[in-house]
Amino acid sequence: MSEALLRVENLTKSFPVKEPLFGRLRGSPKRVVRALTGVSLEVRRGETLGIVGESGCGKSTLARCLVRLHEAEGGTIEYDGADVRALRGGALRAYNRRVQMVFQDPYSSLNPRMTVSQTLAEALTVHRVCPPREVKAKIQELLELVGLPPSAAQRLPHEFSGGQRQRIGIARALSVEPECLVADELVSALDVSVQAQVVNLLLELQEKLHLTVLFVAHDLRLVHHISHRVAVMYLGNVVEVADTDTIFARPQHPYTQALLAAAPDLDPAKKSVVAAVRGELPSPLKVPSGCPFHTRCPHAFDRCTREKPGLLPHVPGHLTACHLYDAAERHRLAKGEALQT
Amino acid sequence: MATSSLSPKRDARRSLLRVSPKPTLLLGLLLLAVFLAAALFPAQLAPYEPAEFDYTAIMQPPSAAHPFGTDNFGRDVLSRVIWGTRIDLQIALFTTLFPFIFGTLVGALTGYYGRWLDAIFGRIVDVVVVFPFLVLVIAIVAVLGPGLLNMYIAVSSVGWIYYARLVRGEVMVQKKAEYAQAARVMGYSPARVIFRHLLPNAVTPAIVYLMTDMSLGILLGASLGYLGLGAQPPTAEWGVMIADGKNFMVTAPWVTTFPGLALTAAGLTFSLIGDGLADLLRPRA
Amino acid sequence: MSDPVLSVRNLSTTFATPRGALQAVDDVSFDVLPGEVLGIVGESGSGKSVTLRSIMGLLRPPTRLEGEVRWLGENLLRASRERMYKVAGGEISIIFQEPMTALNPVLTVGEQILESLYEHERMSKKQAKARAEELLALVGIPSPRERLGDYAHQFSGGMRQRAMIAIALASNPKLLLADEPTTALDVTIQDQILKLLLRLKDQLGMSVVIVTHDLGVVAQTCDQVAVMYAGRIVETAPVSQLLRSPRHAYTLGLLRSLPGGGVRRQPLLPILGAPPNLSDLPPGCAFAPRCPYVSDACRVRVPPLVEVAPEQRSACVHHDLLPRPGVAA
Repeated sequence: MSEALLRVENLTKSFPVKEPLFGRLRGSPKRVVRALTGVSLEVRRGETLGIVGESGCGKSTLARCLVRLHEAEGGTIEYDGADVRALRGGALRAYNRRVQMVFQDPYSSLNPRMTVSQTLAEALTVHRVCPPREVKAKIQELLELVGLPPSAAQRLPHEFSGGQRQRIGIARALSVEPECLVADELVSALDVSVQAQVVNLLLELQEKLHLTVLFVAHDLRLVHHISHRVAVMYLGNVVEVADTDTIFARPQHPYTQALLAAAPDLDPAKKSVVAAVRGELPSPLKVPSGCPFHTRCPHAFDRCTREKPGLLPHVPGHLTACHLYDAAERHRLAKGEALQT
Repeated sequence: MATSSLSPKRDARRSLLRVSPKPTLLLGLLLLAVFLAAALFPAQLAPYEPAEFDYTAIMQPPSAAHPFGTDNFGRDVLSRVIWGTRIDLQIALFTTLFPFIFGTLVGALTGYYGRWLDAIFGRIVDVVVVFPFLVLVIAIVAVLGPGLLNMYIAVSSVGWIYYARLVRGEVMVQKKAEYAQAARVMGYSPARVIFRHLLPNAVTPAIVYLMTDMSLGILLGASLGYLGLGAQPPTAEWGVMIADGKNFMVTAPWVTTFPGLALTAAGLTFSLIGDGLADLLRPRA
Repeated sequence: MSDPVLSVRNLSTTFATPRGALQAVDDVSFDVLPGEVLGIVGESGSGKSVTLRSIMGLLRPPTRLEGEVRWLGENLLRASRERMYKVAGGEISIIFQEPMTALNPVLTVGEQILESLYEHERMSKKQAKARAEELLALVGIPSPRERLGDYAHQFSGGMRQRAMIAIALASNPKLLLADEPTTALDVTIQDQILKLLLRLKDQLGMSVVIVTHDLGVVAQTCDQVAVMYAGRIVETAPVSQLLRSPRHAYTLGLLRSLPGGGVRRQPLLPILGAPPNLSDLPPGCAFAPRCPYVSDACRVRVPPLVEVAPEQRSACVHHDLLPRPGVAA
């Protein structure tokens, strides 16, 4: 369980902003959205790593870089010892067979003109998963695996409900027998009562097929439930990584603390009148210098504005990118204000 | 689990056409059948030879013998309208087929790959759209010389741009859809992603425009015929017929009216079909 | 207890669609007391948003509205158009889920506030400007004077929602309707907006109706809750009572399906099946096909909403079979 299957080191990615002609003529400098600013991460074989963060934190970009939908600009992605960013042609296809993705939107993630069996048969034949005469049986096997009736094969996507479409999307990803599944907001477009069905399916499949899962989501309750470990992202950075229980019980990074406090609790007794964190997310066009969270952080001091903290194990097995946990700062601060963790 | 809302087994092909065709589409298809019949069997349907002169019956108003009247050479207008159908449908097909196929291809490639390919395409478009379509076509025909074949070449060399623009835009939208991304993550080749996944979902507007374009093609063929740059007299072609009859518009209006009506009806036919197809081809959400 | 400000009685809303009439809201009744926050929870298609729009008079024929919407005793469904203009957007204001589409992109935020101010109160230009600035400050927008001249696209998502609230408050409403006000926002911004709404409610003495699909939002903001399913209210209760001891099988199922209650990585307890299709509802209780407690009695007739405990009403045939302290996580 502790072996790293996927290792991401210092990954960067930015997107150019389409400037209006007028702006270009005025000679405004070219602006870029900095989606990932040096992300480092490790996914262990067989685990579910939850990746949480708010919009613009780069979690979807990261997911897309991992399956090579986006090309990262700097840094490395290493999968089972191979350099993923260097893969081309057949090697890339082979990698895509091992690492698959399930998408968010049940209404656009399936080709509206292809029946379920056409969609699955295409994947099975292109990758020669099984001999042609076994394709039909394999499709039935996949449908059963994701809890759809055999009759689903001949239908078009529009004949299914949102939850059923997500099952089809999962079946498509599983058709090539991957080891690793990247799930980008798998259930966030579904009604609450249906979400649990799909979550259960994912848990069950992971058990049965020994999948490694990257569960990208914004719903903390969900991530808490299904992840072994959690990485918290903010403005293109991973700010904290730890075991799920640790991170939810003893969050270290001030942003993680704020995120957990802001999530509405189901217990009305925990009602508070004070907002968990002040300020808005800075624009990814203008990522703050130093620590990206310093503009909203209640503990920020001048070092935070100058120097970007590294993602370090201040406590064994618990990585945090925050100067507050730096030994020297702890010492300095202990003399002054009390540190709230 | 979660299957209770599934409807009973239904053939996928049928559900593609689950919207029942509109009556206007059926009318369009009916009209098309009439025109096709005229184009395929003019000899059987036309009461006279199209080029048969009859100096005893010059510029006769419509009568039992000549339901659409006769022209200044005594030729039967009905027969000429029927024979003209063949030429004009041919014009509709040949002015649009190449632009549709080539334009769709170019649009799909530029839309999918973008970057420099798209930049080159963009410059070509910029140059071409500066000139009004008809002016450009007339200029090209003037260089190549009048005649149907040269007209097809002229129209085709400009007309594909419009299809390419339509398809390019649609492909750019569709390639961002998650099903297209899923196809890429599946490791499918660009050719498969483009032709199997993107094009079927992006080509609908081009098909609908094809119908409009066919009626425009007929009008264009007639205009060029009228200007003497398309079909040449004494070929029975609606535009040529109108041009021939224009001098007698007041004394013998039937000579121009009936080919004009045929032209209008053909235009209407393709518009009705295009409109109906747009409804049928739209995928169900 | 004081009289309700808003009292909805037997409200039914029927849309005319190409495939026939579609009843989106079916016989809905509820009260909103002064200073109270009522939450209307439900999944997509439950009729929660349509209920709000019906109250605001935002639905025009051929949509058919039946029943009563009593605002301070006056039935709004019978009110003249002129009167409705005064009430909706005046005494009752509404904010929407997508501030970007609800705000006018070609008018500055200031102009939109002024517009509302002139509409509802006589005041000089100078007074109005000062008031607009005050409103922006009230909803927590920094440097309000400068931001009055900004357009919606110059605001971030959270600030846009604040601006929309400021516009809604310009008419001094006594009731604020909020249709999924934080669904499009990130969780830290959602938290800020919800806290803002609660503060404004106390400060301005308003009542608030929040429509949401998120039970967490309900728990953190509402006093009373109405749960909707397939166009009908299936349960109402004070919020803590509803979460602690739900008396409708749907509410119970919804709470149980949420992660957080049980052991991590163990299967959740989902509600089976999919939300119903409004044009093809089963006879009797609409939840019956998905309900683990279903019996023949559920399919006979639509169960009425009846008092099953003090302050708690449920439309569940088997409300007394449900496990009794329920699962509030």
